Amino acid sequence: MSSTATKDHPQLAAIFNRDEPRVDWHDETLWWVRAKRDIAAHKLPEWELLRETASQIKNNVLSNLSTYLEQFEANAINNGIIVHWAANAEEHNKIIYTLLEKRGISRMVKSKSMLTEECHLNEYLLKQGIDVIDSDLGERIVQLAGEPPSHIVLPCIHKKKEEIGDIFHEHLGSAKGESDPKILTETARQHLREVFLTRRAALTGVNFAIAETGEFVICTNEGNADMGAHLAEIHIASMGIEKIIPERKHLGVFLRLLTRSATGQPITTYSSHFSKPQDGKEIHIVIVDNGRSIQLGREDFRNSLKCIRCGACMNTCPVYRKSGGHSYHTAVAGPIGSILAPNLDMEKYADLPFASTLCGSCSNVCPVKIDIHDQLYKWRQVIVKAGYTSKAKTLAMKGMAFTLSSPMIYRAAGKMGRFTFKYAPFAVNNGANPWYKHREMPKAPEQSFGEWYAKRKENKK
Amino acid sequence: MNSRENILAAVKANQFSQADLPGMEALSSLTATTDDLVEKYKTIGSAGGSFVYEVADYEAIQNILHKEFKPGVKIISGIKELGEYTYVADVKHEISHSFADVELCILRSNLGVAENGALWLTEEEMTVRVLPFIAQHLAVVISKTNLVPTMAQAYEKIGGATYGYGAFISGPSKTADIEQSLVIGAHGPRSLSVFILP
Repeated sequence: MSSTATKDHPQLAAIFNRDEPRVDWHDETLWWVRAKRDIAAHKLPEWELLRETASQIKNNVLSNLSTYLEQFEANAINNGIIVHWAANAEEHNKIIYTLLEKRGISRMVKSKSMLTEECHLNEYLLKQGIDVIDSDLGERIVQLAGEPPSHIVLPCIHKKKEEIGDIFHEHLGSAKGESDPKILTETARQHLREVFLTRRAALTGVNFAIAETGEFVICTNEGNADMGAHLAEIHIASMGIEKIIPERKHLGVFLRLLTRSATGQPITTYSSHFSKPQDGKEIHIVIVDNGRSIQLGREDFRNSLKCIRCGACMNTCPVYRKSGGHSYHTAVAGPIGSILAPNLDMEKYADLPFASTLCGSCSNVCPVKIDIHDQLYKWRQVIVKAGYTSKAKTLAMKGMAFTLSSPMIYRAAGKMGRFTFKYAPFAVNNGANPWYKHREMPKAPEQSFGEWYAKRKENKK
Repeated sequence: MNSRENILAAVKANQFSQADLPGMEALSSLTATTDDLVEKYKTIGSAGGSFVYEVADYEAIQNILHKEFKPGVKIISGIKELGEYTYVADVKHEISHSFADVELCILRSNLGVAENGALWLTEEEMTVRVLPFIAQHLAVVISKTNLVPTMAQAYEKIGGATYGYGAFISGPSKTADIEQSLVIGAHGPRSLSVFILP
């Protein structure tokens, strides 16, 4: 991440766009996933009612979150789970390190948790001498490649099987040139089985935490969260404060929506409900704020906390599909990431709300009906007012404001523009003009509308 | 103030006016179908990669398992009627890691979901939590009277039950992380056989 931290979305997208066939392949693969989502959704006549119900449940959660958090904590403690609270990423990472250090544990297995990506937990633990192995296949691949995930559900969707074959050959000893997904998956299975059987600590994310019962639910297809958690002495589950749902029966809404929206599956292979630790073992939950309570206070943006991390908005987004997840330089990419990230650091992520055509497709597929494209538009206004847009854009906007401030200046500028387009097109059709980068500049008309109208009036006389 | 109080105070200050919980009745009644749930389960379960058998009795299950699994492999069963295998309650005090060489694990489920092929198993049916994950193959036995149409009815049936751990299992473990190619057999079992009894 550090090498890309200084580049913004257009610059990073330009790097991704150097390989055109790969962009097309990435685009088509994600659109195929989106199409599977549509098929799954259209099979349920009650789909829209499900979305509306999910959205309303989340509204209720956000309006009562402090009560639900306390209720969840009390019930979890009652179940024998140990609950920790972390105000920010740093505190989250320290809590986990302390739990491991106290038990003399130096190696941990981890299943998918976007929150730990957000907190940069792996980097932190590595510095403390703790070895962390990601056990979701896609996450293991990007971990071995030294990259962050590029998609929250499909972490290595940007990688070709031949590249994965090379990585496995180098790190896991598979045959050189082997790129069959079946054989590569089997190689990972053997490698990770050994990891599951030898790790005393397992960390998982949390998909849903139920206030009423104090249990939490983890969804995987691979079975990696369960293999890690059931074999380890200590299971640590990291969750953002927004993962709460009020009652167990509400899972009957969210589990019907989650994977249908994500990949078109009717449900994940495993939906695991953790309520009490096994005899002689421990379950710890770390409840993390890290800016979420601030987002809750932003009336225009609090709905973003309804997100259940299905990734549907990414799969459908024309910008995401053609720019790749890494161009968003944040843990959660795509449209939802672009409305979450500016809350964490408005300056660093000022570019993201502009990485959208505002077509609205993200809002249309969102299973909890987040007004994603409206929020993207609103963030733009907040960011411009706060002065975080690039100097060139600010200058251009100021120039535009000056031009539009007086009819005389406007008319003169129009004449100048038409003159330039006609006699010196090279002055605008070049790399210095960011608009020209992906477009041909238009042919200038002979006269402006104002001039044409004046002439027409004269002729009528 | 510690982080717990800080977070709760910040949340309390920022949460907006009360929004009521929606009713769930319509979703429940809309999906409460009288369609043939066995047929639906078979179609969806097979599409999800499971082998679904409708069988008359335990003897029929035994015959199929004899055909599918060589004698001598380690098989653990949570079902008394399948008496020739190691009964799970007899080995429940062994450490979880000792089950790494289990070839087949057979368990009972008392709740199956036709819309997605999911079978609900709690710690009570599993006896050892890691068993349905660490075994190379998993078989689940369910009575057709325990099938419900959707997750809405499934959670109505689970109700306020208490369990230490429970899971919906809907097929063999799988992944499509490499170029979206579906591969069966990720970290959990390489196959799921579902036996539906009358």
